[in-house]
Amino acid sequence: MAEVRLEQVEKRFGDTVAVTGINLTIADGEFVALLGPTGAGKTTTLRLIAGLEKPDEGKVFIGGRDATGQSPAERNVAFVFQQYSLYPHLSVYDNLAFPLRSPVRKADDAAIRQTVERVARLLRIEAKLGNRATRLSGGEMQRVAIGRALVRDPSIFLMDEPLSSLDAKLRADLRLELKHIQQDLGATVLYVTHDQIEALTMANRIGVLDHGRLVQIGSPREIYETPRNLYVATRLGMPAINLLPPQAFPQHQVPPGTRTIGARTEHVAIARANGGAHAKVEWIEHLGDQNHLHLRVGDHKLITLVDPDVDLGVGDSIDVTLRGPLYFGTDGERIG
Amino acid sequence: MSGAVTTAHSVVEPSATSRRIAAFLVILYAVVTMVPLAWIFATAWKTPPDSISYPPKVVFDPSLEGYCNLFTTRTRQTDEYIEALGPPQGACDEVTRKREMVIAGPSNYLPRFVNSLIIAFGSTFLAVSLGVFSAYAFSRFKIPLADDLLFFILSTRMMPPIAVAIPIYLMYREIGLSDSALGMILLYTAVNVSLAVWLLKGFIDEIPREYEEAAMIDGYTRLQAFFKVVLPQAATGIAATAIFCLIFAWNEYAFAVLLTSGEAQTAPPFIPTIIGEGGMDWPAVGAGTTLFLIPIVVFTVLLRKHLLRGITFGAVRK
Repeated sequence: MAEVRLEQVEKRFGDTVAVTGINLTIADGEFVALLGPTGAGKTTTLRLIAGLEKPDEGKVFIGGRDATGQSPAERNVAFVFQQYSLYPHLSVYDNLAFPLRSPVRKADDAAIRQTVERVARLLRIEAKLGNRATRLSGGEMQRVAIGRALVRDPSIFLMDEPLSSLDAKLRADLRLELKHIQQDLGATVLYVTHDQIEALTMANRIGVLDHGRLVQIGSPREIYETPRNLYVATRLGMPAINLLPPQAFPQHQVPPGTRTIGARTEHVAIARANGGAHAKVEWIEHLGDQNHLHLRVGDHKLITLVDPDVDLGVGDSIDVTLRGPLYFGTDGERIG
Repeated sequence: MSGAVTTAHSVVEPSATSRRIAAFLVILYAVVTMVPLAWIFATAWKTPPDSISYPPKVVFDPSLEGYCNLFTTRTRQTDEYIEALGPPQGACDEVTRKREMVIAGPSNYLPRFVNSLIIAFGSTFLAVSLGVFSAYAFSRFKIPLADDLLFFILSTRMMPPIAVAIPIYLMYREIGLSDSALGMILLYTAVNVSLAVWLLKGFIDEIPREYEEAAMIDGYTRLQAFFKVVLPQAATGIAATAIFCLIFAWNEYAFAVLLTSGEAQTAPPFIPTIIGEGGMDWPAVGAGTTLFLIPIVVFTVLLRKHLLRGITFGAVRK
């Protein structure tokens, strides 16, 4: 494992700037998640570290060495792809052994067998070693794909939405497994996702990308509680943060320059109104352990959480007060 | 529910009647296409008089004469000479002597057949190898004017090959390639390579690049990744392409007639030149054709699975 550092990296495809000005250091043993929507430059960042793309500007350092000009094989990184991750013409065993048989490693057969079996045990796929790679379930395939990264001792694990093609239950199981393995091995991981739960639960730090720029990087708590701007604020939180103009809450004191109030559910206090209320219940979504309460505040919608046993119905009048919400200025940056 | 007549039927499963009609049509088509082949097989086992009798003989005494004549040249001799030779040596000798002839030596069929094998398989191998590399390049790399180049490659198939036969004949004569196996291999390769590039590009486009990228990250160079990961997955496309190329090169007649006459002559121009007494030796022609079909049938049957996938390729999205 090693530290990986990007310095002022820029990559363009034709006229499109995929990523620009990326400065990012992933410490040895750290798990960093890159969060952002499709096209934000997450995958390009991974591919730049892997050597599958050459940066137009900037440098990539792996373990302190300048790796910018190196081929993927020379960089000793491991990559887990979102899909198509296994060689379909090979058995599970041969898939796992493939990196070890490469010309840059050339391990002997006994050593390969030992390593493959150890990794297979770790991922609980020992029984599947003889199978064709194509005759596995989705979860098993992704386990083998992760296994193929684990058989070697790479500088960094690069994972490109490895769980996104799995169903929800499997995703939750593998998420936990992946985190345990990473902690046991002390592995350096850069993990690309657009799933905020994966980022929040697994990462030591989260980097948020927007249009090829790294907008903010910090611990999940920092990103959630003190987002730098509106864009970062909308990345995390379920239900999503409510964005309202200050005029929707005339009694609420806002700092000067506030254009938008960002209210997460924990910033919203509700009480049944005794007449003169300024919010109405529009809709209630029952999610079992909690309810999503859709409110209308003047001309604006606001969604918050309530306990399922709260006795509210559509059309009821509500008093809404804000407790320590986030404030954003005209440029979208957070104030205060 | 026992004894109840089931009237429910599936919408997607064809009914018994339509199944029967389909089977009838398929068999009818098979029969129609098989008749000329059957006729050739039968002719090979007839005697020369039987082969040209009218009305045609459907029932006849099988004879080895066609196969014997195919592989030998014979000379007419006097009865005294034949008797002085002693008892006939083997079945062919016996058949020949009945016609008051003796075997003078082997015919040219075997060397012509070997020429066909060398030229057809050689050009197929070259066309597919060149095709798979260029198809990979077209599929994976940013090539300037890639579309124009691909069109240019295809355009070589747009004129009838025979239109360039005379220029090629003159060219080959000038550079000493006429009537040589190398010349024929190069020619058939040139004709087939455009087909190979186009077919294989389609197959390679379908192989996700992630496989090669994964291999390159796993410690392989691009070329090693190509051989270890891309080629095995393109096997189906390569097999289908090879069959199409081989069928063309194996059956090609016009160029072969024009450019080969001796050393490098292939079987197709040779077979129609087999003359017996009193005109064409039809049983020998039938025998030559029958044997000529065998390699292509074997090759096609071996790769049949791939061929079916190959010709329906692109018709059904996975």
